[in-house]
Amino acid sequence: MSVEVETPAAVARDPRRPDPRPLPLVFERSGEGKIGYSLPPLDVPDTIGIPEALCRAEVAGETQISEVDVARHFTRLSQRNFSIDQGLYPLGSCTMKHNPRTNEEMARLPGFAAAHPLAPEALSQGTLELAWLLERALAELTGLPRVTLQPSAGAQGELAGILLVRKALERTGRARKTVLIPDSAHGTNPASAHFAGYTVRELKSNPRGTIDLDVLEKAMTDDVAALMLTVPNTLGIFEDKILDIARIVHAKGGYLYCDGANFNAYVGVAKPGLMGIDVMHMNLHKTFSTPHGGGGPGSGPVAVTQSLVPYLPRPTVERRADGTFFLDYDRPESIGRLRTFLGNYGMFVRALSYIAAYGNRIGEVARGAVLNANYIRAGLSGVYHLKYDGPSMHEVVFSDKKQSELGVSNVDIAKRLMDYGFHPPTMSFPLIVHGALMIEPTETEGKPVLDAFIKAMREIARECEESPDLVRGAPHTTPVKRVDEVGAARNLVLRWRP
Amino acid sequence: MKFLPTSDGERREMLAAMGARSIDDLFASVPAEVRRDPDLPPPMSEIEIRRFIGGLAKKNVNARDTAFFLGAGVYHHYVSAIADQMLYRAEWLTAYTPYQPEISQGTLQSIFEFQTHVCLLTGLEVANASLYEGASALVEALLMAERLSRGRTKAVLSGAIHPEYRETVRTYFSNLGLELVEVPVGVDGTTDARALAAAVDEKTFAVAVQSPNFYGVVEDWAAGSAAAKAKGALSVAVIAEAASLALLRPPGEGGADIACGEAQSLGVPMHNGGPLLGFLSCRSEHQRQIPGRLAGMTKDAEGRRAFCLTLSTREQHIRREKATSNICTNQGLMALASNIHMSLLGKEGLREVARQCHAKAEYLKGEIAKLRGYRLPYGGPTFNEFLVEAPEDAAGLLARLAARGILGGVPLSRFDPADRRRFLVAVTEMNERVEMDRLVAALAGRDA
Repeated sequence: MSVEVETPAAVARDPRRPDPRPLPLVFERSGEGKIGYSLPPLDVPDTIGIPEALCRAEVAGETQISEVDVARHFTRLSQRNFSIDQGLYPLGSCTMKHNPRTNEEMARLPGFAAAHPLAPEALSQGTLELAWLLERALAELTGLPRVTLQPSAGAQGELAGILLVRKALERTGRARKTVLIPDSAHGTNPASAHFAGYTVRELKSNPRGTIDLDVLEKAMTDDVAALMLTVPNTLGIFEDKILDIARIVHAKGGYLYCDGANFNAYVGVAKPGLMGIDVMHMNLHKTFSTPHGGGGPGSGPVAVTQSLVPYLPRPTVERRADGTFFLDYDRPESIGRLRTFLGNYGMFVRALSYIAAYGNRIGEVARGAVLNANYIRAGLSGVYHLKYDGPSMHEVVFSDKKQSELGVSNVDIAKRLMDYGFHPPTMSFPLIVHGALMIEPTETEGKPVLDAFIKAMREIARECEESPDLVRGAPHTTPVKRVDEVGAARNLVLRWRP
Repeated sequence: MKFLPTSDGERREMLAAMGARSIDDLFASVPAEVRRDPDLPPPMSEIEIRRFIGGLAKKNVNARDTAFFLGAGVYHHYVSAIADQMLYRAEWLTAYTPYQPEISQGTLQSIFEFQTHVCLLTGLEVANASLYEGASALVEALLMAERLSRGRTKAVLSGAIHPEYRETVRTYFSNLGLELVEVPVGVDGTTDARALAAAVDEKTFAVAVQSPNFYGVVEDWAAGSAAAKAKGALSVAVIAEAASLALLRPPGEGGADIACGEAQSLGVPMHNGGPLLGFLSCRSEHQRQIPGRLAGMTKDAEGRRAFCLTLSTREQHIRREKATSNICTNQGLMALASNIHMSLLGKEGLREVARQCHAKAEYLKGEIAKLRGYRLPYGGPTFNEFLVEAPEDAAGLLARLAARGILGGVPLSRFDPADRRRFLVAVTEMNERVEMDRLVAALAGRDA
């Protein structure tokens, strides 16, 4: 495929549309004899002590490029992304809120960024203390006694949580066979239960979109290890019968697992431990604002009730009576480990900085998130269909029911939103809402932004009626037009070739 | 509260517009019994946060202030300033998974470039967008091999794979009905080839070998690949020190079907062990079973080159319990840093870093070998890390050195309390000869 060599941007073009020419790959910018690094001269004899048969020739195809070209390349590439700092990113369930920059600075302090996880304990007291303080803060917020920070992201946290349940049940003699998951759940829940060796049984939601207590009571046999519940669920609705749900699950000796992806809806306002929740993962990159970074790194700590503590992943961070900290590897009943070392430590630093900034006022996060979601709901009700009209917490799930009758889908609406300068909402779930538009504004958006979003969504609804082709052909102002995803999967090109 | 842009006045207007009296009204579905204010300190200002978190940071000794020789899966390499500073750009930092390709071409093209770098370094045809870190990358590689085997139930692992990787595999495999066999290390520090071949049978779906292995010794990929192929299993190459890939024979050339591991060495700071950067690459015939995210090249509606995520039908948000893995995020920002780092170093730089690491390690290894009472237990060739046996308890010895500003190595007692006298020493391009001489003098009990 030929690529135009870049020239300065054309003077006359649509000011709303960035330079529409594709950017060359970094490999295509490469040129013989160019250098992008500098190293000190070798201060020892230049020897190779490895047999030639175990060595390679040069890495053919690798780049030769100057730092200047690299700087421009990655700056120009970045300009083809949409990000929170440019505007509202209401991707439901993903909690795209402002990422405080102090936290970035703190995580880069050499005492953390240049620390090694296997350094002697006496020289690592600061890293251990920070992990311990974060664990204490998360324990306080969840109302659960202990937390493992090890899982790399939410999905790994889910797996860890279900493995903990399994281990605890095995100690009683029977691991059981089934995990119950509502039909509104994130797709990660069934995948995680499966990887913990369980069969998944789906629970049908009631017409309000919440757990049907009769259905649960029938499904909750003594062969069920756990109910995996998202609170609030993916419709943004809080399970107001949470205490009854916990009672039913516990009466049969099962565990109540909470998917804490939506913890931001009630952090600092209510405590999962008081709800009867036994084990819960949190996403530091959602509720606690660590940056999403184009898809990671995340971090998925898991809080547990007392009876699950013996099985926590190795090692745990402990404090001695003299106030020093240590890593406890001697945990014979542990499930093992989910990954190397302590977890995504850099995210711990950011999350603790974030919690410190709010302190005992962290409930403002939840209050702001719920206020904003309800404001959008009020602004768009009647214009977009609301299949489940229970009270919304931090997000609201509309659908394209009205617009699809005009031949316009949720995907078209999403693409058109880009022309108005907004990131689209989530559309791939919940599966129980066909053509979903799952909108989560987060607490870090102000009224003027929400008003502009509501106006844009209403405008698009009008366009669906008056000029549906305009919506179906969207986006019109983005660096590339609609991308052929079907073609990409059919004819896989996953790398550049020299 | 500086992260909350709504004023009290606006809040009142918003409540009025939706017909609510107070924000508390909106929480009516949350039972009163479960509501509780958190017992946390008052909010901190930015100055106070810097004091608080900065104070914790100061309690640690870090690599920049010491003669530093720790490795064992995390390495202290050079990272160009631009690779980190680029991560501050909001367009990279505050975007998410590029589900909407029209406004995510930057992230998508960077992933595509990262995938290409990984392919070039590992000598394989296809790579994914990154995985959490090395140990879970090995798990994903093994599960991928299991799926491709259609019904085989056993994995054979070299006992010289990083102990935390093996422990992770055991954790993941514990409930999947899969058997794990670990093969011991031979006298030269490489995986015992005979024992390896004997452990592989018709039930085996994968044979995994790490090189350089946990003890730093370079393995011949061909040995593991031959053992795997003899019984129709897939050969999995594990790499924990990715800087070695520019000097050592790549897994693809050594017959490996899947390469996986840790690429932290290629542009990611140590971060006290996370975030790191897992990777996985494979042959194109197996590409539809690759776990994790993938960026593919395609066209937009006007025929322009464009990128998007592809093969997402393997992923859990669509496949649920039938998904090929339970990974959701990848390590997006770390993969970007690594793409920038690898692009800057390029063909020449990657090679020079690897050669410097190796030459310096050879120098230090030679000097330590001369010391009375110290022994190098394994004779096999090493890249930039090697095992030393001390005449005394290694943890105690290294603690004494640490007090003098030398982090001389990782004692194996961290992984096995019974392994008291052996420790791993890692060397990178960051180490100066004078530091190495100080370490040697300190080990000899001379003043450094």
